[in-house]
Amino acid sequence: MYREPILKKYEPRLDNILYILHDLQNNNTRHYVAREDIKSCAEYLGMPYSYVHGVATFYTMFSLEPRGRYIIRLCESPPCHLMGSSSVLDYLRERLDIGVGETTDDGLFTLELTSCLGICGVAPAVMINDEMFGKLTPEKIDTILGERRKNL
Amino acid sequence: MSMARSHVLIGIDAGTIIAGARAVMAELVNNLTRKGLADEIAVLETGSLGIAGQGVVLVVYPEGVYYANVTPADVPELVDEHLLKGRPLQRLLLAEAPKRYVIHRDKTGLLKEQPRIVLKNCGIINPERIDEYIAAEGYEGIAKALSMKPEDVIAEVKNSGLQGRGGAAFSTGMKWDFARRPESDVKYIVCNADEGEPGTFKDRLILEGDPHKLVEGMLIAGYAVGAQQGYVYIRGEYTLSIQRVEKAIADARTYGLLGTNILESDFTFDISVMTGAGAYVCGEETALIESIEGKRGHPRNKPPYPVTAGLWGKPTVVNNVETLANVPDIIKGGAAWYRGYGTEKCPGTKVYTILGHVATPGLIETEMGTALRDIIFEYGGGINNGKRFKGALVGGAAGAFLGPDMLDVRMDFVNLKEYAAVLGSGAILVMNEDTSIVGMLKSVLHFFKHESCGHCVPCRIGTAQLVEIIDRLAMSKGKSEDIDRLLHISEIMRDTSFCPLGQSPVLPISSALKYFKDEMVSHIA
Repeated sequence: MYREPILKKYEPRLDNILYILHDLQNNNTRHYVAREDIKSCAEYLGMPYSYVHGVATFYTMFSLEPRGRYIIRLCESPPCHLMGSSSVLDYLRERLDIGVGETTDDGLFTLELTSCLGICGVAPAVMINDEMFGKLTPEKIDTILGERRKNL
Repeated sequence: MSMARSHVLIGIDAGTIIAGARAVMAELVNNLTRKGLADEIAVLETGSLGIAGQGVVLVVYPEGVYYANVTPADVPELVDEHLLKGRPLQRLLLAEAPKRYVIHRDKTGLLKEQPRIVLKNCGIINPERIDEYIAAEGYEGIAKALSMKPEDVIAEVKNSGLQGRGGAAFSTGMKWDFARRPESDVKYIVCNADEGEPGTFKDRLILEGDPHKLVEGMLIAGYAVGAQQGYVYIRGEYTLSIQRVEKAIADARTYGLLGTNILESDFTFDISVMTGAGAYVCGEETALIESIEGKRGHPRNKPPYPVTAGLWGKPTVVNNVETLANVPDIIKGGAAWYRGYGTEKCPGTKVYTILGHVATPGLIETEMGTALRDIIFEYGGGINNGKRFKGALVGGAAGAFLGPDMLDVRMDFVNLKEYAAVLGSGAILVMNEDTSIVGMLKSVLHFFKHESCGHCVPCRIGTAQLVEIIDRLAMSKGKSEDIDRLLHISEIMRDTSFCPLGQSPVLPISSALKYFKDEMVSHIA
């Protein structure tokens, strides 16, 4: 079972819970916190399932639904809004043919909205997995999506 | 070590990395090596040069010439023209060098330049090299503090008039004093680096540009309060900040600046980094403490305040990054020197991020009390594309809109309060004449709805109702009572919400109505 070595990296203390959940989610092939992840974390920390579920659902960086290989998190805060994030959102919806919170049929992309990413100087901005992109235009979005499709 | 005749400094921060800063740096090193110039010309990595949104930015010394939007393809020409032939490459020149100093306007209106405090090393030293920080008089503050009594360190900070830079403006010295008093075997210093206020990334650039300053500030706080352990709570999205602070902590340990018997004293202190997982409300100090403890980040009842019962019930100081970054120089230079900056009631400087429709968006440090006009036109270069100024959202989403007749307002915590505005986190979002206020307010209110933690009813239901109304107005289908209802609901939320999140929407709403009511009303069907 692959979860065992992940858990063992951390002391079974409650203040490690966010690290453990981050790590479990990053190692889950569908990039989410699965029931099994919550269960193993709860057992490891000696906490009820409901407690870990409560923590996992509180923080927006955790998802309890399976997600695509690339998680696109578009910033919708005022600085990005001012620089045109709503038209970026429309374009992403159209190109990916999915709504916010949904995953493309090929399992490649999930579209999410996020609050300020703190890179407002290059607004409008997105974070895709660990990578940030700014000054988005339709052409730039096509390039970014295209590069990821090619990586398959 | 040979002396280089030229130094090229590249600003590496999350914003410039997006634009390919690392690739440009690699190409520069490559090109110089191929041309046999590697010994003559040093390429150095540094933090933000203060310029945002203009791609990869670098500066060549000793000339002090700035280049923007540099790509790897530009490198050969840049090297040949400027570094070999000594002719600055016109097409990449930054129109105007950023103002990397603090301006002071005297009574006659003349501008004087003063050195920076918080951002002194940002864009100058390599943030990943502890030796460079030490060479820039780093860790002299803690050395001096250790020769003083903790009470005297607190008195110095109190006398400096330093106020919390996260937005609450509470006296830092008082907070430390409150945490020093209770008897307790364990105390904590927590640095709030959960920067989530929209439009704010000053703390990120401090963490990325001069992480040792924070480590030193926390050391001094720890010594003053009698704490042994510090935590830096950084939001999970700030990958580079996390890396650089972790490196700074590790290097400080190697140098004996963290750990036991620091600088041969009896003082013992260490710091750990905690990473958040995406929750704006965790910027509230008690919610942040809950989160460190491994819980849902719900705010706690106050009192007790963290200074008496904070992390794991122990006395805890929670300070913002910028606040702590002020501390080393206050100890080094003394309270009287620090009061040479800013106003009587709000001494010191303030770091801002200036964004939106300005010619030169970026990171700046000004005196407390600098006029909004100077911030927008002196530092921000004025409104871009020849447009006119419409207004600014000052202090982030939880801040206030200010109209054109507020351009001469002096920006400090106390003065802005008189105009029912706030300095907040120091985000200044400038809007040109084409900006829709309803559209901006919509974005602000959606933000609050998204970030409401659901713990208390007024905030959970209130933010949803506000969004319903503003969405209607945005489609120009507003009902006649909608404007009054926006204000009314937000006032109830201010009076009844559990934490500052639910108490916040009233400010952007009431200020939008104060300066732009006609425009709001025009969205009623």
